[in-house]
Amino acid sequence: MSSVLADVLVVIALVGALVLVHRPFGDYMAAVYQSPKHLRVERWIYRAVGANPDAGMRWPAYLRGVLAFSAVGVLFLYGMQRVQDKLPLSLGFRPIPADQAFDTAASFVSNTNWQSYSGETAMGHVTQTMGLAVQNFVSAAVGIAVAVTLIRGFARSRTGDLGNFWVDLVRGTVRILIPVSVVAAVILIACGAIQNFGDIHTVTTLTGDKQAISPGAVASQEAIKDLGTNGGGFFNANSAHPFENPDGFSNLLEIFLLLVIPLSLPRTFGKMVGNVRQGYAIVGAMAAIWFLAVIAVTWIEYAHPGTAAQLAGGAMEGKETRFGEGNSALFAVSTTMTSTGAVDAAHDSFSGLSGGVLLLGMMLGEIAPGGVGSGLYGMLIMAIVAVFIAGLMVGRTPEYLGKKIGGREIKLAACFILVTPALVLVGTALAMALGKGRSSMTNIGAHGFSEVLYAYTSASGNNGSAFAGFAADTVYHNTMLGLCMLLGRFLPMVFVLALAGSLARQAPIPVTAGTLRTEKPLFTGLLVGAILIITGLTFFPALALGPLAEGLA
Amino acid sequence: MTPDTQQTDTEKQDSMSTSCLASRQDAPTGPQPERRVAGGLFDSRQLVTALPDAVRKLDPRVMIKSPVMFVVLVGSVLTTVFSCTDPGDWFGWTVSAWLWLTVIFANLAEAVAEGRGKAQADTLRKAKTDTVARRLAQDREERVPGTELKIGDLVVCEAGDVIPGDGDVVEGVASVDESAITGESAPVIRESGGDRSAVTGGTKVLSDRIVVRITTRPGETFLDRMIGLVEGAARQKTPNEIALNMLLASLTIVFLLAVATLPPFADYAGSRLGMVVLVALLVCLIPTTIGALLSAIGIAGMDSLVQRNVLAMSGRAVEAAGDVSTLLLDKTGTITLGNRQATEFLAVRDATEAELADAAQLSSLADETPEGRSVVVLAKEKYGLRERHHGELAGAEWIGFTAQTRMSGVDVDGRRIRKGATASVVAWVEEQGGTVAEDVAGIAGRLSAAGGTPLLVAVQDGAGARVLGVIHLKDVVKDGMRERFEQLRRMGIKTVMITGDNPLTAEAIAEEAGVDGFLAEATPEDKMALIKREQAGGKLVAMTGDGTNDAPALAQADVGVAMNTGTSAAKEAGNMVDLDSDPTKLIEIVEIGKQLLITRGALTTFSIANDVAKYFAIIPALFAAVYPGLDKLNIMRLSSPDSAILSAVIFNALIIVALVPLALKGVRYRPVSADRLLRRNLGIYGLGGLVAPFIGIKLIDLLLSLIPGIG
Repeated sequence: MSSVLADVLVVIALVGALVLVHRPFGDYMAAVYQSPKHLRVERWIYRAVGANPDAGMRWPAYLRGVLAFSAVGVLFLYGMQRVQDKLPLSLGFRPIPADQAFDTAASFVSNTNWQSYSGETAMGHVTQTMGLAVQNFVSAAVGIAVAVTLIRGFARSRTGDLGNFWVDLVRGTVRILIPVSVVAAVILIACGAIQNFGDIHTVTTLTGDKQAISPGAVASQEAIKDLGTNGGGFFNANSAHPFENPDGFSNLLEIFLLLVIPLSLPRTFGKMVGNVRQGYAIVGAMAAIWFLAVIAVTWIEYAHPGTAAQLAGGAMEGKETRFGEGNSALFAVSTTMTSTGAVDAAHDSFSGLSGGVLLLGMMLGEIAPGGVGSGLYGMLIMAIVAVFIAGLMVGRTPEYLGKKIGGREIKLAACFILVTPALVLVGTALAMALGKGRSSMTNIGAHGFSEVLYAYTSASGNNGSAFAGFAADTVYHNTMLGLCMLLGRFLPMVFVLALAGSLARQAPIPVTAGTLRTEKPLFTGLLVGAILIITGLTFFPALALGPLAEGLA
Repeated sequence: MTPDTQQTDTEKQDSMSTSCLASRQDAPTGPQPERRVAGGLFDSRQLVTALPDAVRKLDPRVMIKSPVMFVVLVGSVLTTVFSCTDPGDWFGWTVSAWLWLTVIFANLAEAVAEGRGKAQADTLRKAKTDTVARRLAQDREERVPGTELKIGDLVVCEAGDVIPGDGDVVEGVASVDESAITGESAPVIRESGGDRSAVTGGTKVLSDRIVVRITTRPGETFLDRMIGLVEGAARQKTPNEIALNMLLASLTIVFLLAVATLPPFADYAGSRLGMVVLVALLVCLIPTTIGALLSAIGIAGMDSLVQRNVLAMSGRAVEAAGDVSTLLLDKTGTITLGNRQATEFLAVRDATEAELADAAQLSSLADETPEGRSVVVLAKEKYGLRERHHGELAGAEWIGFTAQTRMSGVDVDGRRIRKGATASVVAWVEEQGGTVAEDVAGIAGRLSAAGGTPLLVAVQDGAGARVLGVIHLKDVVKDGMRERFEQLRRMGIKTVMITGDNPLTAEAIAEEAGVDGFLAEATPEDKMALIKREQAGGKLVAMTGDGTNDAPALAQADVGVAMNTGTSAAKEAGNMVDLDSDPTKLIEIVEIGKQLLITRGALTTFSIANDVAKYFAIIPALFAAVYPGLDKLNIMRLSSPDSAILSAVIFNALIIVALVPLALKGVRYRPVSADRLLRRNLGIYGLGGLVAPFIGIKLIDLLLSLIPGIG
């Protein structure tokens, strides 16, 4: 079987599995967030934190919950890293320096999982499992909760009640993330991923050198790393490491895990607003952009010019031979477009234009399909903007799902859209102007610039993947990237929740023949166009000086 | 353009409801009736006359209202300052000049839109000469300036007087020339009490004497407000405009960020970007096209209502019109012709139809009511009976129709013929000792049940008094209404007919006209309840009204169009006034509201789509020197970097001027479903917006390359 055919079959298998699963899974998630019943374990948790699970929250209260919970998460994770030498099972690792500890805490709480450390040489068992892994679950649950709140804003009318943050957080963790992760972890172990709390093995290699083999609860962390679109690898090599991602099947499973929640949430959305076709329109836009990027990157990697590439059948530098071009491209696109940031190949080594596509995927705002929850709310914000422009073109005050898109809604959507470009561009420009970018580059020319741009794009978009060449562990970058991650995560949430509050207060407008039909393919096309033009154009000059300059040379 | 000519214009179109929007673009070839308001067509000379105003608008305090254009203004100042530091740099000067032109073109669009209103305001102002009022104080008359009148003052107006302020007639009846306001030269009757009591300041009494109670303070009269409205002085941003401005402002900030962060990136690449180039890039990227035309579109929207003799009290009302999903239409005058007409003669068993038609015609000759005339017309059209004149029948004694007898007729050649209301004619026949045929009750009952009105025709001759038959009077639905309602349905608008008729009659007419619902035996309370019910379901409601008892409903409706002939209470309550008092105009008002929004959306889409081509022109021009690979992006093959940047800037400025006519006229609205509208407008303004600048910039570049030193 040719490798191209194999790659096509992998994509077909992946898409087929997602199509099969997204309906029941999306319906299940809708049921989780709408059910009036609490599980016994959930009641215990509510009692422990002192929350009343049956009290509805207005958006400011919901937001306070999100921010307070996340702030506690940052402080806890920071403290744990600073005292990890005193914790059991520390494997003898020293405390993490202040700037890097802040960067890492911000990174995991914001669902970014940017790593300026190497897991196997820095983090002990307790920090990995009780600190980082816990945030892998709850930061993902927070993202889904905020998305569900925005859905409620559309679904509910004449109310300020947007649901209860603690209920959404706990249910997302207990009923969705933990069960699926457990199943996935078991399958990963079966594939060969490791799962233990042992000590470092020192082995002697064939050439007589000593090599330290790191142990750890890898499979369990791997499952939630992908499912929660976190991306923080147990090992520095992330999913390229055979202990995390042993073979082609585990690779396919991991990609499936990356995409399954973001692509099922639109179904949840459609179910909750009472029109599943609205969900299909959204998932259609997500899938279209994702698919175009997969084709583009795969094609570019196969067509890479040069003698070495021709001999290898494509650009193989920085890729695992057990995955090849197609699987690596599929993983790379899926991880950048889901705000995951896990990698099974070095993005730094992708050809210039491919790197540009990966960057663009993050720059679009992580919405195709985006991170768990954040992808859906990001896409819905873009839908609001598209509806606004298109709605005018059909001669009515724009409305989406029966809610008017007026001044307040557009203001909040516009603020949301401003956040990522502002952080990416200002962050990169500051780094370049202060000379901090150049000093951390390990390449020259346009590719060097791409490394800096990629770092700030990845942090601000809460992706977490890196152009590996970039030396990120400096006080300056740890601090600035940490700020980008926190602002890039929580500022948009403020606007989303305010928007949800504003939508829920409105009375619904009935659908007539004069209403813009947002469940039709035409709207999906318009949405994709609006995303590419509005968001894409913002970054065109920066992309031109990085990946385009490199790729077109 | 009177409503009648509109009707014919629109009938030329394939569909009725394309209405004036279409006829305005297509019709002006034929001679048009004299109108108060200038035609809606754009004349390029207007650009020249508006130039001084456009320059005056460069005041930063004015410019700040449009964030996008304010950025361009700041950019123009910056590039000019930088060019001054390097006076030999022709490129800097040229870019500066075109940036200034961009700002001026934007102001020009607004000035042209306002200029059209100003001309109308001047005409109106002529009517607002300072009048002397004859105020009544303790039955004595005193002469005071019209500006000193207070609410509640009583003033006397006699033939030749100009009415000094808005008010209600409390005594007398007079004919009034309202042409200063409505442009309609035929005088109207104003009388105390009832729904014809309102008079407007600035109109002229032609005959008789009336006493008017002043209801408005000087300076706030209808005429004052009208002047303010057409001048645009009272213009406030509408909710939708505010939202759009918000989006444009955020896009401007995004592109400001994209450009402001470019120098450090470029520095690293080894390319130094000058201020002129950065400003040029910024101005090309921010949505200047829609930013420049936004306020002109709003003014033009109000203006196109004024062109149709409708005054909107706020832009908000015009916008709301586009969102309306329920129309309440009065039956009489809107859906039906307003007068019942004879449609058939139904003879009793013992009489022939010809006999009946002859008697019906004779008995109606003295009936000057529209119903009576329609009998004569029907007799002629259907039975070929020539109309006979009073003089033709020697010795005939004519009996005119009166409200008391409710009959008309003629006594001639020993025959006495009568026609009239069922009860009256039956009573007359019985009085003459005759009998009423048995089948009369059956025929009359059947007509009533079908929503018609029966009139009986009876004769007394040698054979005694008897009923010959029944005339079927019926409300005639205007031509084309069914198609029009069908179109409204496709636009997603539900029509509800309001009538005082009984449910049976109402249902029959509703059925025939094809409306979606009806409210029979409607009281003002019923109307109000209906509006509230629709609004509770999230729908926006539009209605027309003229009586004082309509006022609460007019105020409650989202779009309340008061008839100018109506009471001042009605005019106060509504948010629009139709000077022609034509209730069918409601449909056009909805279309204008939609057109306004569509124009905004279309030009926004166009403006944003334009950016793609501009990037392809400017980015390679800026960076191909340091990264030669980027020259592959120069797909237009522009001749030189300077020429590429300049071409984009020039295109950006010229497209504003090119789109001024569209902004003023509005994008053509078609009454089709939202889906088809979107597909069409996306095709034209979305794809068009992508492609047009590629062509435009290339052409400008070709021209520029002919100039020595650039190409």
